Amino acid sequence: MTEQLRSVAIHVPVLARVEGEGALDLRVEHGDITQLRLRIFEPPRFFEKFLEGRHYTEIPDLVARICGICPVAYQVTAAQALEKLFGVELSPWARDMRRVFYCGEWIQSHSLHIHLLAAPDFFGCSNAIELAKIAPDEVRRGLRIQALGNELMDLFGARSVHPVGVRIGGFHGAPSLARIQIMRDKLRAALPEAETLIRWAAAIPMPQDDQAFVSVATQHPTDYAIETGGVGVSDGRFIEADAFDAHFAEQHVPHSTALFSTYHDQPYLVGPLARLNLNHARLPEPVKALLAESSLALPSRNLFHSLRARAVEILLALHEALRLLDAYRVPDSPWEPVTPRAGIATGCTEAPRGLLWHRYEMDEDGRVLSARIVPPTSQNQGRIEEDLRLSLLNFGLDHPDDALRLHCEKVIRNYDPCISCATHFLRFKLDRS
Amino acid sequence: MNTPKADPIKPRVAVHKFSSCDGCQLAFLNLGEELLTLAGRVDLVHFAEAGPLDPDTDVDVAFVEGSVSTPEDAERIQHIRAHSRLLIAIGACATSGGIQGLRNGVFDEGWVAQIYSHPEAIASLERSTPIASHVKVDFELWGCPVSGPQMLAVVNALLLGVTPRDNADKVCTECKQRGYPCVMVSRGIACMGPVTRAGCGALCPSLGRDCYGCYGPAENANTDALAAQFKSQGLAPQAVTQRFQSINSQAPVFLAAADAIRAHHHD
Repeated sequence: MTEQLRSVAIHVPVLARVEGEGALDLRVEHGDITQLRLRIFEPPRFFEKFLEGRHYTEIPDLVARICGICPVAYQVTAAQALEKLFGVELSPWARDMRRVFYCGEWIQSHSLHIHLLAAPDFFGCSNAIELAKIAPDEVRRGLRIQALGNELMDLFGARSVHPVGVRIGGFHGAPSLARIQIMRDKLRAALPEAETLIRWAAAIPMPQDDQAFVSVATQHPTDYAIETGGVGVSDGRFIEADAFDAHFAEQHVPHSTALFSTYHDQPYLVGPLARLNLNHARLPEPVKALLAESSLALPSRNLFHSLRARAVEILLALHEALRLLDAYRVPDSPWEPVTPRAGIATGCTEAPRGLLWHRYEMDEDGRVLSARIVPPTSQNQGRIEEDLRLSLLNFGLDHPDDALRLHCEKVIRNYDPCISCATHFLRFKLDRS
Repeated sequence: MNTPKADPIKPRVAVHKFSSCDGCQLAFLNLGEELLTLAGRVDLVHFAEAGPLDPDTDVDVAFVEGSVSTPEDAERIQHIRAHSRLLIAIGACATSGGIQGLRNGVFDEGWVAQIYSHPEAIASLERSTPIASHVKVDFELWGCPVSGPQMLAVVNALLLGVTPRDNADKVCTECKQRGYPCVMVSRGIACMGPVTRAGCGALCPSLGRDCYGCYGPAENANTDALAAQFKSQGLAPQAVTQRFQSINSQAPVFLAAADAIRAHHHD
C-alpha cells in the first residue's frame, strides 16, 4: 500500500482576534498530527508576587489590572473571598448590585467576542470591519449591546475598564434612582435586540463536532450562577471553593506553553458552553423559551455552540439586571464595615470566559501573605489542545493549509482565550533536537 | 453614472501590544458604533486583537500599549519605531512600566521559581520599562486605562494635523470643576488627587473614595507635602510608600517619593 500522505507544517505566528498574544504550531506527518502546540507569549506579569504585602483595601484595584476585558470578574472574586474570610455579610442591596455589575461585564465581553472576534470567521471575513460591510445591522446591533454592557459597568464602577466602585464590604457609592431609571429603560429596549441576536446566532452554519469532555462551572441552588456559588462538575460532583485544590491541579510542563489545569488528571471545559450545559435549567423562563425554540440540545458536545451560548447569556444577563434593578432603592450605606482577620480566603465566580478561582493567605492586619489566581484560560488550555487535535481529525487533515489554519483558529476562538488575563501564561522557548 | 471618486488618502494606523492587560486597546474596541466611523477615517493596518495583522509595514501612526518586559519586546519596539512616522505610547504600562513595574528592584529568580516549576523556560527581563526608555516617543497618553474620549481626541488632532493637547494638571482641578467634595478634607481619606495627573474626570472622588494615582504623576507634584499629610492622617510609612508604589510605581516622581519616605524612615 503506497497511499500518498502529505506532510505539512503550519505556523500561525500571531493569533488574531484573541485577547493577548498567542501562536499555534502544528505539524502533520504522514497523515498524523505529530506536533500541536498553542504557544502563549504573553509575558509573565507576576501578579501573585507583587500582591504580597498589599493591604486588603487595595486588592480590588490591583487585581482588576490582570485583565482589561474582565476586570469585574477579578474584583468580585477577590471581594467574595475576602468578605468570606472577614465574616462580612453583604447587605441585600450590595449582593444584588454585585450581580448587576457582573451582568454588565458579561454583556460587554460576550457581545465584543461574538461580533468583533468570533463571527467574522463564519462569514468569510477577516475582521468585524469587513463583516460590517455585509452585515451592517448585525454588527451595529452587537456594538450597541456591547456599549450597553459598558454603561452598566460604568453605573457602579464609574468606568468599564478597571472600574473603581468595588470595595470589600460592598461598593464605594450607589447610583441615584434617576440613573437607574434611565438604565432600566435601556435594558428593556435591548431585550428584543438580544432575542434577535440569539436567532441570528442560531442561524449561523457551524461545523458539526461531537466530543466527550468534562464541563466545570459555578453552580447556585436557584440562580444561573455568576457572582456566587460552588464549583459544579458534569460528573455530578459539587466542590466548595475552599476544596478546589483537592480536585484541580495546575502543572507547569516544560514542553507545553502554560500552566495546565486538570480535574482528576483530565482536561476540562470552563466558559459559556460549560455553564449552559450545567445550569440551563436555572435560566429565567423567557430565556429558556427562546432556547427551546432554537433546538439546541443540551448538554452540547460541540464547542462551536459556544457562540450561541454567549448570545443566550447576553439575554440572561439583561433579564437579570432588569429584574434586580426593578426593585432598586438607594441604600442607607453601600458598604458594610470590615474588620480584617488572619487566615485563608478562597472564592470563585464565573468570569465571561469561565471559572475564576482566587486564594489569599492574609495576616491579622489584612495584608496579603501569599496569593494564587487560577484564571479561566489556563484552565481551558489543556482542553483547547485536546479539542484542536480531535476537531482537526474530524475536519480532515487533507484540507489545504489555509483551511486547516482557519479551522484551528476558529476552534481556539470558541474558547475566547483571554491570554493577558492568564496571570501565569508564559513565553516558552523550545530548544531540543 | 457616478464617476468613481478617488479615495482620499487615509492615514495608516497600527495598534501594537506589549506587556499589558489589553485594557487600553479597548478604548478603540469599546467605541461602539463610532468604531465603524473611525475605521472609515483611518486605515487600520495592524491591530491583532481586532483582526488586521501586518506588523512590519510602514505606518503614519503607531499606538503602543504595554511595557517592555522581555528580551524580544526590546527588539520589537525598535522595529516598530523604525517603521512608524509617529509613535504614541498609550496607558500606564507604556508610559511608566505599569503595574508589573512593581517587580523592578525586588525581582529575583525566586519569583519565577515560586510560580513556575521550570523557571528556565521563562524569558523575562528583571525590569518592566516604559516605551520611552527604549525609543523616541512622539506623544504619551497617561492613564490606567486611557479613556475613549482621550484616544479620540488624539486621533482627531492627528487627522487635523495639529499636535494633540496634553493636560498634566492635577486630579484636584477636575474635582473642583465638577464640584465634588474633597474626600481628604471632608472625610480624612488619603487621596492621591493632589499629585495625580488629570484626565479621568475625578472618577474615584465622584464615588466618595480616594484617587489611587492610576493616571501617574501630575506636573509640579508636591509629593513631599502629600506624604507628610498622609503621615499626619495616621498612615504608617509602609502604607504611605504603597500609595506611591502602585499602578505607576516606576514613574520617576512616584519612585522618588517612595524612596524619600523609605530613606526618612530608616534615618
